[in-house]
Amino acid sequence: MQGVFFLTAITSIAAVALICIFLFYNGVPAIAEIGFFDFVGGQQWAPTNQPPSYGIFCMIVGSIYVTAGAIIIGVPIGILTAVFLARFCPAPLYKIIKPATELLAGIPSIVYGFFGLMVVVPFIRDTFGGNGSSLLAASVVLGIMILPTIIGVSESAIRAVPEPYYEGSLALGATRERSVFRVMLPASKSGILAGVVLGIGRAIGETMAVILIAGNQVQIPTSLTEGVRTLTANIVLEMGYSTGLHRQALIATGVVLFVFILLITLSMQAIKSRSEKNG
Amino acid sequence: MDKFTIKNMNLYYGKFHALKDVNLSMQENKITAFIGPSGCGKSTLLKSLNRMNDLVEGCKITGDIRLDNEDIYGNMDVNILRKRVGMVFQKANPFPMSVYDNIAYGPRTHGIRKKSELDEIVESSLRDAAIWDELKDRLKKSALGLSGGQQQRLCIARALAVKPEVLLMDEATSALDPISTGKIEELCLKLKDQYTIIMVTHNMQQALRIADYTAFFLLGEMIEYDKTDQIFSNPKEKKTEEYITGRFG
Ligand SMILES: Nc1ncnc2c1ncn2[C@@H]1O[C@H](COP(=O)(O)OP(=O)(O)OP(=O)(O)O)[C@@H](O)[C@H]1O
Ligand SMILES: [Mg+2]
Repeated sequence: MQGVFFLTAITSIAAVALICIFLFYNGVPAIAEIGFFDFVGGQQWAPTNQPPSYGIFCMIVGSIYVTAGAIIIGVPIGILTAVFLARFCPAPLYKIIKPATELLAGIPSIVYGFFGLMVVVPFIRDTFGGNGSSLLAASVVLGIMILPTIIGVSESAIRAVPEPYYEGSLALGATRERSVFRVMLPASKSGILAGVVLGIGRAIGETMAVILIAGNQVQIPTSLTEGVRTLTANIVLEMGYSTGLHRQALIATGVVLFVFILLITLSMQAIKSRSEKNG
Repeated sequence: MDKFTIKNMNLYYGKFHALKDVNLSMQENKITAFIGPSGCGKSTLLKSLNRMNDLVEGCKITGDIRLDNEDIYGNMDVNILRKRVGMVFQKANPFPMSVYDNIAYGPRTHGIRKKSELDEIVESSLRDAAIWDELKDRLKKSALGLSGGQQQRLCIARALAVKPEVLLMDEATSALDPISTGKIEELCLKLKDQYTIIMVTHNMQQALRIADYTAFFLLGEMIEYDKTDQIFSNPKEKKTEEYITGRFG
């Protein structure tokens, strides 16, 4: 029986290993051929030109911008929602809001994309000008998409803070709000940070919704209403017709994405072990 | 002078009648101890005095509790009540912050921002709680790293920092070793010149050592209340006598 457990346990390890091998085996030679700095730092992405150029710097910046935008929108809303759910929400209301946030997590990303395309993009076009498909649109939609992650993780982090802290603060004459924001929230900061990092991971890897609403121009946007192309979008948009070095360069884009996710996971681990040490 | 007066007070947790017709006055600048077997309502009564019972759903109080003849369940702002009536809990509960921030938390809550003023309050509170010498080099360190006894004295200092008039202590020494307990008892004797102290204790010796007055509770009723010597040497009620001589409870 133990053998079965062991087998199931190594399945995930095997999957990670296989993905790594596939990515690096196909991606690294391309990076070597293009040249590491030309690939990562180059601002020209023109795989069909003669001679072609394969610089993904704009897409790296695009992914970072879009993720940062999502964080700016999603984190404050998410944390405040978590605070409300964990500390202030009356039970009947909780029964509505909590499942709603969970439902938000279950909506397929293509549906978010449609929502962005039909609602957010036209709104931005009418309000701020431009064609609407933009960094701002992607940030807003991604900000909503990461909400359930941030709310869920932050809420349980806040709930995990011992109640005596709260009582101790009230007993000193602090209001409920002050007690929550000055004692309970700081006490749960590593858990909340973990939620934010998970949200970053989700935002940077998101593809479908972003493609529909980000415009996908290869450029470094100089304003919120300009379009961007993310790493993920780059891969999906061109994978279908690419061949040869172009195809390999797209896989190498995946390698870069993988490294980002790896860094995020590592910082996640660091936060965890730090909070275990302090807690 | 009477600091707290409790008249015809009844307390219910839902349907459960936890305190039955309690009448009691606590004197200023004295130490009053509540004793009685587990579950008799000592903590409940103590928590009624700074309205921490408000947090308990379904808790209902009737009767009259007055602080300096002002109804604490009337128009008084609950946060101001809690500033005036500090509390030290059975289990030390320092905040997960530095020693300094723990002490400064209360004063900051009540609007003190100036660094020099806060520094002064931190030092004097820690001195009053007899823990300044132990902690003066560790003000920036996390309070969670202190020993249990130090944490409890830190919590006393934290309570003192908001300059309360009354200090409620719910079995504040029950988790401590005899040396820390002794320090806190000494502290209470020193502090009663400036504060009114009301404490719950299961330790008869402790009540005898430091309390001026003692109230004995049983099953939600106050059975007897008198000068501590009187209660212990010559109790009027048979139940009190049985309890303090250890025949039950
Ligand atoms: N939040 C609550 N909800 C319902 N009942 C409660 C609550 N808190 C206390 N009680 C009940 O009220 C009674 C008095 O409790 P209380 O904590 O005041 O006792 P105590 O005298 O402090 O006991 P101990 O010496 O064990 O601390 C007990 O029967 C207890 O079960
Ligand atoms: Mg108790």
